[in-house]
Amino acid sequence: MAHIVSAFDEDLVQIQARISEMGGLCEELLSKALESVQSRDPVLARQVIERDKALDAMEMALEESAVKVIALRQPVAADLRVLIAAMKIASTLERIGDLAKNIAKRAIPLSSAKPVRLTTSIVRMGRQTLTQLSDVLNAHASRDVDLAVQIWNQDYEIDELYNAIFREVVTYMVEDSRLIGVGAQLMFIAKNLERIGDHTTHVAEMVHYIVTGKNLGDDRPKGEPQGLEFLTD
Amino acid sequence: MARWVPFGGAVLVGALAALASALALPPLLAFAAGALVGLVGAAVLAREPAGPVPAAAQGAKATMPSTFGRALIEKLPTPLLVISRTGRVSYANPAAADALPRLEAGAHFAHLIRVPAFVEAVGATLADGEERRVRFSTRQDQERFLEARIGLLPPGDAFGPEAQGIVQIEDRTDQRRAEQLRSDFIANASHELRTPLASIIGYIETLQHHAREDPDARERFLAIMAREAGRMQRLVDDLMSLSRIEMTEHVRPAEEWSLTEIAAESAAALLPVARRQGVTLAIEVAAGGVRVRGDRDQLGQVFTNLIDNAMKYGGAGAVVRVVEAAPARAHPNRVGVTVEDSGPGIAREHIHRLTERFYRVSASSSRDKGGTGLGLAIVKHILNRHGGRLEIASEPGKGSAFTVWLPRSEGGEGAAAGDVPEG
Ligand SMILES: Nc1ncnc2c1ncn2[C@@H]1O[C@H](COP(=O)(O)OP(=O)(O)O)[C@@H](O)[C@H]1O
Ligand SMILES: [Mg+2]
Repeated sequence: MAHIVSAFDEDLVQIQARISEMGGLCEELLSKALESVQSRDPVLARQVIERDKALDAMEMALEESAVKVIALRQPVAADLRVLIAAMKIASTLERIGDLAKNIAKRAIPLSSAKPVRLTTSIVRMGRQTLTQLSDVLNAHASRDVDLAVQIWNQDYEIDELYNAIFREVVTYMVEDSRLIGVGAQLMFIAKNLERIGDHTTHVAEMVHYIVTGKNLGDDRPKGEPQGLEFLTD
Repeated sequence: MARWVPFGGAVLVGALAALASALALPPLLAFAAGALVGLVGAAVLAREPAGPVPAAAQGAKATMPSTFGRALIEKLPTPLLVISRTGRVSYANPAAADALPRLEAGAHFAHLIRVPAFVEAVGATLADGEERRVRFSTRQDQERFLEARIGLLPPGDAFGPEAQGIVQIEDRTDQRRAEQLRSDFIANASHELRTPLASIIGYIETLQHHAREDPDARERFLAIMAREAGRMQRLVDDLMSLSRIEMTEHVRPAEEWSLTEIAAESAAALLPVARRQGVTLAIEVAAGGVRVRGDRDQLGQVFTNLIDNAMKYGGAGAVVRVVEAAPARAHPNRVGVTVEDSGPGIAREHIHRLTERFYRVSASSSRDKGGTGLGLAIVKHILNRHGGRLEIASEPGKGSAFTVWLPRSEGGEGAAAGDVPEG
């Protein structure tokens, strides 16, 4: 039986392709933002900040075409899920881009401050965040629910890394008050990375929703927030 | 430019030449790309009644006039993609199917490679017909460095009514990795070798001067020099094995083994060392068990390094257990083996850094015990190659547990029924 490739199918394919393209840009923004932190490169950081605008434009365009498709074709069930999830993923990716941009912004003052060893830990945390992001985009492109669930379950590792860095940075600032400025910038970068990790799990939830029609629930394993007890011992 | 017709030897030869100049391909590739004329023509024609555009698998099954052209393209080791105006993959050869895991019939190319530079270059070539080359890296398990050449197959009867993009992908990962490794190796090795080397040179000078006539000092100094030389040797051995592992890191292992069996064998080989160090080594893994895809020697080295650490840092009187890990939610479809010790444990802030090269909780303790700081880095690289993970659980005063998680091999014995997709 001949399956006619309808204009509607083509619309869905194109919208989902835009998600992968936005994802690719997000990966690039995050990867270059980290590189600008690591190599203390303000020029690269400014490129990232500038390039984030393209991501915003892509999100707007995607939302517009998804709304148009919904209005014109009135899709139901699985097709509607794909469109709703596409809009949610696009806005999540746009936020990830914003956070990457914010990391790049902080790289600029850091590039003229005294280099500190803590940066290495943060860049390492960033690489792990980037891996999770790449994995979730792969899961989306191949509709791999198992992979999505695995990523969703693994985010607590990034929470743990964040806590470790939090302790490291606070201890550092306590030991030498001249480093408070640099320490604060690094802390915000780590926090941004932790947020990117959370957004990544949200994309994983959307992949799960597209394929199964169900929500993943909210008992995701999370790291305990770090207290300040360690300062007293 | 020559018009494309799906038959006629002279035209085919002309087409080959045109394509060769358009893409600046090496002769063999140009030849193959020319052979694509028949193939794509067939695929596009076959689409009319059959529906979705056939890619790799289906493409091969479609009726094609040129078996010669087809055979050539299918045998080509270089991944080739043909991309329609709307971005859909209308043909992919088997090499592309191997290199691009998400390849599906009619899929949009952005799902395969989403790097902006590549996406933009394909879009630009589809629009203006100019040939482009882009270099970029992608991540799928490991980072890969690729170079793509993108050209346009002109419209005509052979290709259907519209022009299509043709993409040829070269994998430059090996080349990049070799360059990277060389510089890392030099930096790390020289830094770590300098200390023992400086010490040996110092003692040689002392022996040549003040200690010349002092037999006691000579004995003592020679012992120190032997120890330092031993340390240098272990370092060089570890660095060499690390660089060997990195070279194979993106090659998937082909053989299947029982993970517990490998763990048990590595542990058994260390029993004499355990006895000498006064450590109780309990091997509590059964033979048989779930199979994993792996390199036997490398997986053996993983357990040797973990058990060696457990005994070394556990110290005399410690208990080291090698046990199968209970299935964990964070590790679906993986099997785990844990090496546990009753040693001093590791503080939380160090745990996430242990697999870095040369990272040690205490440099002096590691050195006293003959450590190189590379054992866990080697473990990590081996597990990377195997798509596995190392999970470290430890608390000061409560010992440590290092769990090796590896993907179950598909159809491996003992796979739970729930893991098998229905239908
Ligand atoms: N079982 C363990 N118990 C306590 N500390 C450990 C254990 N295993 C590894 N470590 C810590 O991790 C560091 C890195 O380990 P490794 O890479 O094997 O290098 P090394 O040659 O120093 O043993 C060690 O120096 C040690 O501080
Ligand atoms: Mg070791």
